[in-house]
Amino acid sequence: MTSRQERIAQLHVAARDRVLVLDGSWGVIFQCMDLKEEEYRGTRFCTEKYPGQMKGNNDILCLTRPEYVTELHDAYFEAGADISETNTFSATTIAQADYALDLQSVIEINFEGAKLARASADKWTKKEPYKPRFAAGSIGPLNKMLSMSSDVNNPGAREITFDQVYQAYREQIEALNQGGIHLYLIETITDTLNCKAAIKAIMDLEAEGLERLPIWISGTITDRSGRTLSGQTVEAFWYSVRHAKPFAIGFNCALGADLMRPYIAALSRVADTLVAAYPNAGLPNEMGQYDEGPTETSAEVTQWAEDGIVNILGGCCGTTPDHIRAIAEAIKGVQPRNPVGSSKTMRLAGLEPFELTS
Amino acid sequence: MSTASQIFVNIGERTNVTGSARFRKLITNGDYATAVEVARQQVENGAQIIDVNMDEGMLDGVEAMQTFLNLIAAEPDIARVPVMIDSSKWEVIEAGLKCVQGKPVVNSISLKEGEDQFREQARKCLTYGAAVVVMAFDEVGQADTASRKIEICQRAFKILTEQVGFPAEDIIFDPNIFAVATGIEEHNNYAVDFIEATKIIRKTCPGCHISGGLSNVSFSFRGNEPVRRAMHSVFLYHAIPVGMDMAILNAGQLDIYDEIEPKLRDLVEDVILNRKQDATEALVDYAERFRGQKGRSAEKDMSWRKLPVEKRLEHALVHGITEFIIGDTEEARATADRPLHVIEGPLMDGMNVVGDLFGSGKMFLPQVVKSARVMKAAVAYLDPFMQAEKEELGTVDVSNGKILMATVKGDVHDIGKNIVGVVLACNGYEIIDMGVMVPCEKILAKAKEERIDIIGLSGLITPSLDEMVYVAREMQRLNMQQPLLIGGATTSPAHTAVKIDPARSNGPTIHVTDASRAFGIVSSLLSDDERPLLVKTTQTKYQRMRDRRAGGPPKPRYSIQEARSHAHKLDSPAPQTPSFLGTRVFGNFNLTELARYIDWTPYFVSWNLAGRYPKILEDKTVGKAARDLWCDTETMMQQILGQDWFNPKAVIGFWAASRDGDDIKIDTGDTLHTLRQQMVKDSSRANYALADFIAEEGDHVGAFAVTTGYEAEEISRQFKDRADDYSAIMIKALADRFAEAMAEYMHERVRKEFWGYAADENLNNDALIKEAYSGIRPAPGYPCQPDHSEKETIFRLLETDRIGMSLTTSYAMMPAASVSGLYLAHPESVYFSVGRIERDQVEDYARRKGMDIRTVERWLGPILNYDPIESKVVET
Repeated sequence: MTSRQERIAQLHVAARDRVLVLDGSWGVIFQCMDLKEEEYRGTRFCTEKYPGQMKGNNDILCLTRPEYVTELHDAYFEAGADISETNTFSATTIAQADYALDLQSVIEINFEGAKLARASADKWTKKEPYKPRFAAGSIGPLNKMLSMSSDVNNPGAREITFDQVYQAYREQIEALNQGGIHLYLIETITDTLNCKAAIKAIMDLEAEGLERLPIWISGTITDRSGRTLSGQTVEAFWYSVRHAKPFAIGFNCALGADLMRPYIAALSRVADTLVAAYPNAGLPNEMGQYDEGPTETSAEVTQWAEDGIVNILGGCCGTTPDHIRAIAEAIKGVQPRNPVGSSKTMRLAGLEPFELTS
Repeated sequence: MSTASQIFVNIGERTNVTGSARFRKLITNGDYATAVEVARQQVENGAQIIDVNMDEGMLDGVEAMQTFLNLIAAEPDIARVPVMIDSSKWEVIEAGLKCVQGKPVVNSISLKEGEDQFREQARKCLTYGAAVVVMAFDEVGQADTASRKIEICQRAFKILTEQVGFPAEDIIFDPNIFAVATGIEEHNNYAVDFIEATKIIRKTCPGCHISGGLSNVSFSFRGNEPVRRAMHSVFLYHAIPVGMDMAILNAGQLDIYDEIEPKLRDLVEDVILNRKQDATEALVDYAERFRGQKGRSAEKDMSWRKLPVEKRLEHALVHGITEFIIGDTEEARATADRPLHVIEGPLMDGMNVVGDLFGSGKMFLPQVVKSARVMKAAVAYLDPFMQAEKEELGTVDVSNGKILMATVKGDVHDIGKNIVGVVLACNGYEIIDMGVMVPCEKILAKAKEERIDIIGLSGLITPSLDEMVYVAREMQRLNMQQPLLIGGATTSPAHTAVKIDPARSNGPTIHVTDASRAFGIVSSLLSDDERPLLVKTTQTKYQRMRDRRAGGPPKPRYSIQEARSHAHKLDSPAPQTPSFLGTRVFGNFNLTELARYIDWTPYFVSWNLAGRYPKILEDKTVGKAARDLWCDTETMMQQILGQDWFNPKAVIGFWAASRDGDDIKIDTGDTLHTLRQQMVKDSSRANYALADFIAEEGDHVGAFAVTTGYEAEEISRQFKDRADDYSAIMIKALADRFAEAMAEYMHERVRKEFWGYAADENLNNDALIKEAYSGIRPAPGYPCQPDHSEKETIFRLLETDRIGMSLTTSYAMMPAASVSGLYLAHPESVYFSVGRIERDQVEDYARRKGMDIRTVERWLGPILNYDPIESKVVET
């Protein structure tokens, strides 16, 4: 049995060697499976302790329908993904408050979710030892933001505190780590301050002795303004999270590949680490469905790889194992991007970047 | 190219309850809405970071900090800049860190409570993703002397970088700005201590930054805004060049250094630099008249800031404004597909406007060089982006062409060459500047190695002309076909046509009259369409010059015997015996006093601005350019004088001497050789030689060598390293002026004091410039004595190595900013021009000097009234 750190070393080697492939969407696929309320609840969550609807709480399937989760990991690995994400996008006490889930259950979702992803990755690595597979612990955004007012009439109002966000992420991170993931994926970041709370949680836990894992940070540029939801430019976002010394930095969600490209290119020019991108399958149509096909998505993102602006590609909302297969096929043999060198420059940020050369 | 460094960052201080009474009142009254407006004004006024401080006894600091930061986070106009979270209480800082999504700066942490707490707080800053200000404060207390400041900062730097793993570039030291002019003597040196510490800390803690709270320095002048502002400007003026790159200040209220009332500025400078005993008293007295004034609001027309970014870039280029260039360039870059497009697009468009204005005589050289400085800053900013893009996409550089420039062997003068280099570089040419005293072999080897498109040679002294001929001949031999450009003060179209151009037939050789022509010529030469026409017209012109010279009769000349018969005869020796014989060395000059002797007209000429100073400042055509140059020059003069940038030295000597024909015999056994005019004159007028002004017996001669010293070259190099060619050229041009001023100053003292034949003389600078004095100080290489090699005798007599002066193989003086010559005291001595001379005199002169006639012909090439046997000038 290869130790986790040895597998992580393989991740670093593989990233130097080739463009890595992440899996595709989870939420949209579960949505399509049209699972029943009872399936979500299973036996554990059928009591009155959990009123309201559980349907749509995809993360809970890690506990109630683990076989579906494993199936999807397998489908993505089979399609050629190097990395698959845990099904824990919303597994924090804050995000799960909507379903009135208790701390213990939230921790278990993360722990079990990590174990499922890790087991699938290990299985595929064993099957194809020339292509090691990795489990990324998905740490998603919260429905509560630290930089945005919760009250139109009071721009200073916040519905949550940094300490609360920090605590929620800390619980999730610790459980994911203990469940066996190879790396953290803080993703779909809409508010950089929330992300910074997660980063602090990781750094503090490491200082307290938790095993160190690579961090992948993936923000979301919401529209053609080129800014995050909380208003930062690409560079400002990068400067704000750079202290995490992430394994990879990138963007996902909100945009299709065609619209995402300039922001990936911009990031690629400043990031002294790997650059990752996993766009949606185009923009949703009026029915809220994504209809960009595998060949379209893969053609666009493969071009980025060929242009040398990315190291990791994958798919977000609306992408399927077929999309991932198309990407994995198309990028075979394409050289990954060379990260830019770092320079002795003080980089600060507000909503916009600030630099002062030493 | 390095990235733009020495950018100075304004940190807004008005959102600080300890620094602003108004802000404190707003916060304590809970009027956060207005407090937010204060922040907005700060950013609008140019604060690049805003400092937020809520340390007020009556306030809940944690709550006030969080409330305010959350409020400004909602204001995109404010939140665009980073925040500096400023508190002496850690819990307030940490509360602030929890509200900021960007990367802020913590102000401050220190060793005050020991290393453990320092490490712990630094580690926390790291996990929150913040840069830190580290105060020069340790377990003993706050550092006041330079050595304590340095010691503490070095210690903190070591702990942060080696133990905590803090990135050096995220460390900002605050070595404590304390109030000066408090009346307490120990405080007088506080500003100097800060400045000195800054210099050392920047050097020994690589990567760090230096900041400080500026308003502290002027604390003693509370209520006297104009004086405080002057103090702030003067302080920054001295601290920034040594490495202070950030300051907490009121971004809207900073005076422009050279617009401070001069007397006030002087007095403030005395205080800041602690350079006079009674500086504080003098400033306090003078400050009274400013009390109650609001301070002059030096509002400039900033309406151009509202233009679209392309127009702003153009405006900045045309007006030479570097202030906003980085921000504007970034803005253009952010919207451009590629960083190169910013250069090829708006920046080159702007430079083209500059070029057009220059070409049509609406802009002048100093302005163009200033534009180039702006361009360089923009390009330097873009360079890392282009490098990154290059690495990413594997693209290659495209340059408009590669041009090698060098001052030839034996010559050290490079102001003109540097100006040409700048003008070309900002037009997109890659300049390889090999510097001064470059041997031919090196020039040509480099040209091959770098696949140079054009070679440009420069020289100031006449022997350089021959060296240029040699280079041309070598190019022919080695079959190097690149165009050869010739420039520099002694070069001329005629010399190029007659001597240099015929030395090669394998490529064009073109004389460039001045820097303004360089761009046109170079761009034509590198254009396949335009080159043939330029080469052809030049060839035709040069051929005409050669024909004219070959065909025309030589000017009528007396034989040397006849010329000697028209020598000027003295009745008596110089009226006075020098006060000492032998030599004397002088140093420790007062630069301010010397500056009064500067003749400014040639200074403007060195910038291609023709006209007499000071009338040139009002000139209809070049007046604006001259005034702008003058303004920048005065600023630099302030620094030169204030910080003693130069250390001029002089040596003079007097000896008993007598005339011997056309030579001057000195009692040391040395002989000074002089040349005689041979032009045919009407019989009443003499044919002069300098020897005529020495009596046949019982007379004296003097000599001098003065130099501004090597400092100018070092300072110039530093400017150049910072991509500031404008200042690099200016400092050299000023060094030259100081050397001339030294010569003038020493001559005056010789007349009044050391030789003393004009003790009662009372001439102002104008009269000096008009040479209204008695006696002359002719210099070898100038019209009275065109032979540069005579310097050798002068240098030997004066033992000039004692003041660091020496000669090159071509008799150029080193350092470049130097003057040497003779002192002739007789009231009948006058300046004249030897003019063209005949072979008979040259042969006689060669015999007297014990030199080979060919060598003499080489040194005297430009004044020969005959063709020495062509092409037999042998170069070794």
